[in-house]
Amino acid sequence: MAVLNLVQAINAALQQALESDDRVLLLGEDIGKDGGVFRATDGLFEQFGDGRIIDTPLAESGIVGMAIGMAVYGLRPVAEIQFLGFCYPAIDQIFTHAARIRARSRGRYSCPLVIRTPYGGGIKAPELHEESSEALFCHMPGIKVVVPSTPSNAKGLLLAAIEDPDPVIYLEPTRLYRLLKEEVPEEPYLTPIGKARIARAGQQLTIVAWGSMLELVMRAAENYDAEIIDLLTLSPFDRETLLASVQKTGRVLIVHEAAKTGGLGAELAATIAEEAIMSLRAPIRRVTGYDVVLPLPLLEDYNLPTTKRIVAAIEELLRY
Amino acid sequence: MPSQLIASFQINRLSILAPDGQVDESLMPELSDSQLLQIYELLCYTRMADQRALDLQREGRLGTYPSSLGQEAAQIGSGFALRAQDWIFPAFRELGVMLCHNYPLELIYRFWTGDERGQQTPEGVNIFPMCIAVGTHVLHAAGAALAAKYRGDDMVAAAFLGDGGTSKGDFHEALNMAGVYKLPLVVICQNNQWAISVPRQTQTGAETLAQKAIAHGIRGVQVDGNDVLAVYQATKEALDRARNGEGTTFIECETYRMSDHTTADDARRYRDPEEVKKWQERDPLLRMRRFLDQQGLWSDGDQAQLELTLKERLTRVVKAAESFAAPNPEEMFRSTCHQLSSRQQEQLKECLNGRT
Repeated sequence: MAVLNLVQAINAALQQALESDDRVLLLGEDIGKDGGVFRATDGLFEQFGDGRIIDTPLAESGIVGMAIGMAVYGLRPVAEIQFLGFCYPAIDQIFTHAARIRARSRGRYSCPLVIRTPYGGGIKAPELHEESSEALFCHMPGIKVVVPSTPSNAKGLLLAAIEDPDPVIYLEPTRLYRLLKEEVPEEPYLTPIGKARIARAGQQLTIVAWGSMLELVMRAAENYDAEIIDLLTLSPFDRETLLASVQKTGRVLIVHEAAKTGGLGAELAATIAEEAIMSLRAPIRRVTGYDVVLPLPLLEDYNLPTTKRIVAAIEELLRY
Repeated sequence: MPSQLIASFQINRLSILAPDGQVDESLMPELSDSQLLQIYELLCYTRMADQRALDLQREGRLGTYPSSLGQEAAQIGSGFALRAQDWIFPAFRELGVMLCHNYPLELIYRFWTGDERGQQTPEGVNIFPMCIAVGTHVLHAAGAALAAKYRGDDMVAAAFLGDGGTSKGDFHEALNMAGVYKLPLVVICQNNQWAISVPRQTQTGAETLAQKAIAHGIRGVQVDGNDVLAVYQATKEALDRARNGEGTTFIECETYRMSDHTTADDARRYRDPEEVKKWQERDPLLRMRRFLDQQGLWSDGDQAQLELTLKERLTRVVKAAESFAAPNPEEMFRSTCHQLSSRQQEQLKECLNGRT
């Protein structure tokens, strides 16, 4: 086993998918000779050539729209959008077509497409480079949304996304790209879509997080008997694991960096309220980004959840 | 440094068959008599199938429907040139193209009654589902063309759109991609002069739509879209070029939407009836009929016989379309993703119980 960071794990998954399945192609901006702005596709152009590692014009809707055509024609395209904030011009293609082609044709056509994109804050980058708008995608039936949190699950989830017969949005927590390193199995393996992971077992409360926030929560909750759920798949999320944990602990904290209103935390909280309210000993708490337009780096730290805010919420919940 | 002309461009317009039925022999495509008759029959079938749809809609047996009246030549000319292995990416007004490629008419009727099963293209027919969202599907055709190029398949992708679609960003992104990758792609625009109530001159300041190709490094041509032979010839040339690795062609077929935008529209609110009358004289069926008459290939008796045959066929089609069992609500769950989530399973149960 090699020790890899998250970007290297993504690179390894792409390399293995390209090697084992000639239907797999990559397309995106600067992914060829440059190896991607975060080097996620480093070395792949040299190994697989410009027929499979396709540098595209600067056109996000074009990238996704082309990838849809390729997927329906029988290939397994993996499109890279440079940042989640640049997915907005492509949302038309994702919502209008990728999400609907199976339903629209009643199963005659499907769209096995992966859209990889870095997301989330904490990297001191310009506007639209730190968005965390995952809930937008979770609201649209017909697409899946996954977020890795460690190098190991980054590799397994990406291979699972490429194998999945439906469109998958694969959100890469940018802040973690080079922060975490661990041993990653060298052979290909799948981390199943739709399954959460208990990142740490505990008894007194359940904390749900994903992506970059998971790392933050692990640190913040170090001294508490908390069960930490790493959601991994945001849509369709793993209801069973979530509810089982809530039934055990009776207290829930949800942490995400996206704005609170309409965030995925609201859906998780509503699900718990609908299906496990009798197990609750305390109100459900959310620590999230605020309902503000994402600030530039100088104010960023005021908006992102902090260990301090998480600890305060834990303390409050434990008082019930 | 002096100011120099560094690039210049021109747009050609092709017409072969005049409204009086005369053809320019030097431009005549290579079509046998039986192919010419087949084209004419398809023109007639499209018009009758369209009229039948309008009748069904008025009787409340079909939902909102976009008529293709007047645009038959643009559709049959291009559809007839495309081969079975080519992939077609229609907008929503390509009845004639779909009939050329044996898309079952009962499915088309079924779709316009509000049944997704109408878009379940039969195996062996390479037609993508109709695209209600304007212009966005040209990218899918470009992607399929790139995929075919990668695989070395002998396939050309053909996307259809209207004049309104050429104002969309995705149309330009698709043409740009086509230029960059020299894609085996033909983009066929039925410029029917109207995007609901917005006329051609409000749609763009460009002199022709065809010239929009030039900025993207692909070939653009204009044809008389009511001249089925010119549309066929232009499409054939574009397909040959695509197959020979010479890249994409954008074809502007200048035609006219004789009908309302859809059955939910009333074009009298915004359109001068004199304009419609003027285009009636350029009717695509009439001129093909005149041509066949002059060639001694067609008679009044043939016409009567054809109409009778097609009428009987349409009766059978309507019967087939109306004999579908009602769709099962389970379909909407089963076709959203390849598997049901646990929540969808519960919702499906609830949905089915709520109905009984």
